[in-house]
Amino acid sequence: MLTRVLPVFVVVAAITGLWYLACIPMNAHQSVTDLERAGEVVVPGGAAERRDMAGVSLVLQNPAAVQAAFGQERPRLPAPHQVGAEIWETTANKRITSKRSLVYHGWITLSATLLGFAIGTVAGIALAVGIVHVRAMDMSVMPWAIASQTIPILAIAPMIIVVLNSVGVQGLVPKAMISAYLSFFPVVVGMVKGLRSPDRMQLDLLTTYSATRAQTLWKLRLPASMPYLFTSLKIGIAASLVGAIVGELPTGAAGGLGARLLAGSYYGQTIQIWAALFWAAILAATLVGLIGLIQRVTLNRMGMAA
Amino acid sequence: MNAALRWSIPDWVGLSLVALGALSDWRLGLVLAVWLGLWRLNTVIAASGSTAARYAVPAIFGLTLLILWEMVVQLYDVPLVILPAPTAIAARIADSLPILWQDFVQTFVKGALSGFAIGCSAAFLTAIAVDRSSFLQRGLLPVGNFIAALPIIGTAPILVMWFGFDWQSKAAVVVVMVFFPMLVNTVQGLKETTAMQRDLMRTYAASYWQTLFKLRLPAAMPFIFNGLKICSTLALIGAIVAEFFGSPIVGMGFRISTSVGQLALDMVWAEITVAAIAGSLFYGGIALIERWVTFWHPSHQK
Repeated sequence: MLTRVLPVFVVVAAITGLWYLACIPMNAHQSVTDLERAGEVVVPGGAAERRDMAGVSLVLQNPAAVQAAFGQERPRLPAPHQVGAEIWETTANKRITSKRSLVYHGWITLSATLLGFAIGTVAGIALAVGIVHVRAMDMSVMPWAIASQTIPILAIAPMIIVVLNSVGVQGLVPKAMISAYLSFFPVVVGMVKGLRSPDRMQLDLLTTYSATRAQTLWKLRLPASMPYLFTSLKIGIAASLVGAIVGELPTGAAGGLGARLLAGSYYGQTIQIWAALFWAAILAATLVGLIGLIQRVTLNRMGMAA
Repeated sequence: MNAALRWSIPDWVGLSLVALGALSDWRLGLVLAVWLGLWRLNTVIAASGSTAARYAVPAIFGLTLLILWEMVVQLYDVPLVILPAPTAIAARIADSLPILWQDFVQTFVKGALSGFAIGCSAAFLTAIAVDRSSFLQRGLLPVGNFIAALPIIGTAPILVMWFGFDWQSKAAVVVVMVFFPMLVNTVQGLKETTAMQRDLMRTYAASYWQTLFKLRLPAAMPFIFNGLKICSTLALIGAIVAEFFGSPIVGMGFRISTSVGQLALDMVWAEITVAAIAGSLFYGGIALIERWVTFWHPSHQK
């Protein structure tokens, strides 16, 4: 246990340490300006002289800037504890119906993610079953399904939102469609692989039982595809979340983690951006972890655990 | 051949669908008939099982979709602001080649490619650097895997704030996006050799660097190329989406977001077409190099 946890802990601690260190030069201009306003003597007086200086040399000439780097209201790079405080403030100390609560925004994003993920998964499995059974479908669709993964689908997400808005579809559904689209192809590709994973011997056995194709599907192909399904589900749900967040960018005011990101970037509220970002990260980690848990329980009960 | 041409039960279902469609609305009937006809053609070609069919079937399928798209738009008079016809998109591409080329250079060459090169080489060098310490590896792999699953695209507004509106900030977003997938793949690839192979290198009295260059790096190549392929898609996405948070008045993401605002959807689709072609070529190029470098890998041998 210790050999697994300790290295991770050290790496995370190192990243946090680097982050704190980076705050000092990143925020140096603002901290020196704050010091000057507070009446202290700073080395190059006047903001105009300091504009083109590197943050590091500015800190070296004004050691007091180190302390001032960690408590600014709109820092270029907020310190970890500021982000943590903002997350706590907007998660635990606000009513969850409040527009300033990240739980509220997180739920908007999560509901679109889950709806889209469900649609994409069901459609993906259905298409995969078709591809495995109909030869023409396999040859027609598979090359396009694989090629479509090299296309930056995410880039057209804002367009889908705006177009659907103009025909009167609003709110949850357009975002869910983007999420569905993004989770669809990983599921198709993974499931086709999974449904084809039974080998010749096993298929022959079912033929000797004179099993129908439907029976083969239910009793052999679907159970055999489960490990593949869960692997693609993990990829799919992460993609769904990204899709929902990007889908929230163009509609701005409607709410959601993506809207928080955009609003933060418009008003220079860096701490708010970082807090929304971490919330999205926690959400993604929880969703992927949850699927991993279901995977372990299911595969254990099926006797397929690795 | 005769067996393939005989009408079967699904065909009767399809034919009655066409008839039903034609009864309610002749346009629906026409669309369904074209779909059924071309699908039937595909079924017959697929059943022949020749090598030519492997290319013909997907091509016909793609063409079918384009024809149906064009038919639906023309027959139902779908307005341009909802869905432009493929011919309208093609006309737009032909009209605005200079603009598309400028956007392509700004977003793909300057933003995505430079970020891809910097991010992937940084990740590669980091992987080599942590290679000698199994402690660091055990720490970095889970953290890297975790970060690679996060919605990193969200850092785009922060990086645009730091590096300004021009292509440098887009390259920075791409660097952050590709770094961890590439790192994880390279570290995993460097572990790929068996104890037997490493022992052989030791009996040759090979140094660490000789083992690295002659055995472990070549063995890691399939993983490295897998990482590069994943990153090629991420790079283009990162560069385009980062432009939604602020950009100069050129670039694919900028053009997409402003054209959506003007409801000039043919321009949006033209950009998407360019992005799709660029993305596929980028991916295909890496796949070609992979085939050339890892010719020994079982997956490339017939």
